[in-house]
Amino acid sequence: MPITRGFRGRRAEVDPSRVPPGQYVVRDFPVLSAGPTPHTPLDEWSFTISGAVDEPVSWTWEELLALPTETITVDIHCVTKWSKLDTSWKGVSVDTLLDGVETEGDYVTAWADGDYTTNLPLEDLTDGRAWIAHTYADEPLEPEHGGPARLLVPHLYFWKSAKWVRGLELTLEDQPGFWEAAGYHNYGDPWKEQRYWSD
Amino acid sequence: MPRAPIRWRTVTVSEVVEETPQARTIVLDVPEWPGHEAGQHVDVRLTAEDGYQAQRSYSIASAPEDPELALTIERLEDGEVSPYLAGEVRAGDEFEIRGPVGGHFTWRVRDGGPLLLIAGGSGLVPLMAMLRHRAALGSDVEAHLLLSARSLEDVFYREELAGLQHVAMHYTLTRSRPEGWTGYDRRVDVEMLAEVGPPPSEDPLAFVCGPTAFVEQVADGLVALGHAAERIHTERFGPTGG
Repeated sequence: MPITRGFRGRRAEVDPSRVPPGQYVVRDFPVLSAGPTPHTPLDEWSFTISGAVDEPVSWTWEELLALPTETITVDIHCVTKWSKLDTSWKGVSVDTLLDGVETEGDYVTAWADGDYTTNLPLEDLTDGRAWIAHTYADEPLEPEHGGPARLLVPHLYFWKSAKWVRGLELTLEDQPGFWEAAGYHNYGDPWKEQRYWSD
Repeated sequence: MPRAPIRWRTVTVSEVVEETPQARTIVLDVPEWPGHEAGQHVDVRLTAEDGYQAQRSYSIASAPEDPELALTIERLEDGEVSPYLAGEVRAGDEFEIRGPVGGHFTWRVRDGGPLLLIAGGSGLVPLMAMLRHRAALGSDVEAHLLLSARSLEDVFYREELAGLQHVAMHYTLTRSRPEGWTGYDRRVDVEMLAEVGPPPSEDPLAFVCGPTAFVEQVADGLVALGHAAERIHTERFGPTGG
């Protein structure tokens, strides 16, 4: 790798073991979305688990809020290179939503308002690794950050944490989502720096 | 789109052009550049003498048809990479890039129009690549540009924009204006969007790029006017970054 003449850089005062390769730590909360921010009224909102399941199941907004809520404090990593440490969320564990759902599928397409999709292996959404988050820093999640609710899968690059999420479709085959079909990595592990398809 | 592996390449700065007091265009000699589409970006990686590295993403300013790759970088006061690229770098310097990256915020002449480009500040960069692409191919796709900047001195590519053929140009200067200014003098709002752009009945293809709050306001405004959400492409950048 070539040395860049005159570049010194500015090492952040953070624990390097918490910052994946190529990332830098921010204090604010940048926004990245491909289109306008959707504004679905809460009385028209629902969350659905469908696809390769014995029976689709869905929840209204009120029903989602009535489910057991967990508090999650995690570091998040965006493929555009910012990381934000110790973000605080409240939401419903995907384990809670999948409880009682019988499926043959090993993959999930998370779909969202604004025609957004992202794909993940089912095992990345279970065992306490993923939530439907509706609260950020003790406030209702703002629309530009994915409110009323977004998927939260902090161990993968943050595009997998679909904003404005409305459902999980279980699939037998892995189907690339919006960014995955546009050249980004299919899995997106920040610690392996899996940003683009060829990484 | 050809799928060339996205790998790091060492590039050499061939030219540096001052655009504004805060921004410069860096022209790069890139070995075996696989080509790009207007609107895409690259990742830049700088390496300090002790091996420390920093990466950021920057939009490509040049058209796919241009002989060399150009990036325009605005200096962010608390930035780490942009003060170097917008201040220190000079012809002959080397660093790494990889790309092109991004397959959504792109426009090709065959995508048609009418084209509605709306930029806040340095959000003009990827939209300029689209206008340059349109000009390079001699396209007559109807094109409108609404550019919001703090002052005329903050506008990138001013002379080139003035020379573009058959592009409806609209400027709004939000902080200071030259004497006799006849353009807009306020933040972009729904009324302005209704005045400058083709109406929703013409189904324009909109590209909006700028700071987060700007993009939110403009995209919400376009939706409120009745434009279809799937025709509105956005790219936001936060106050942090480079």
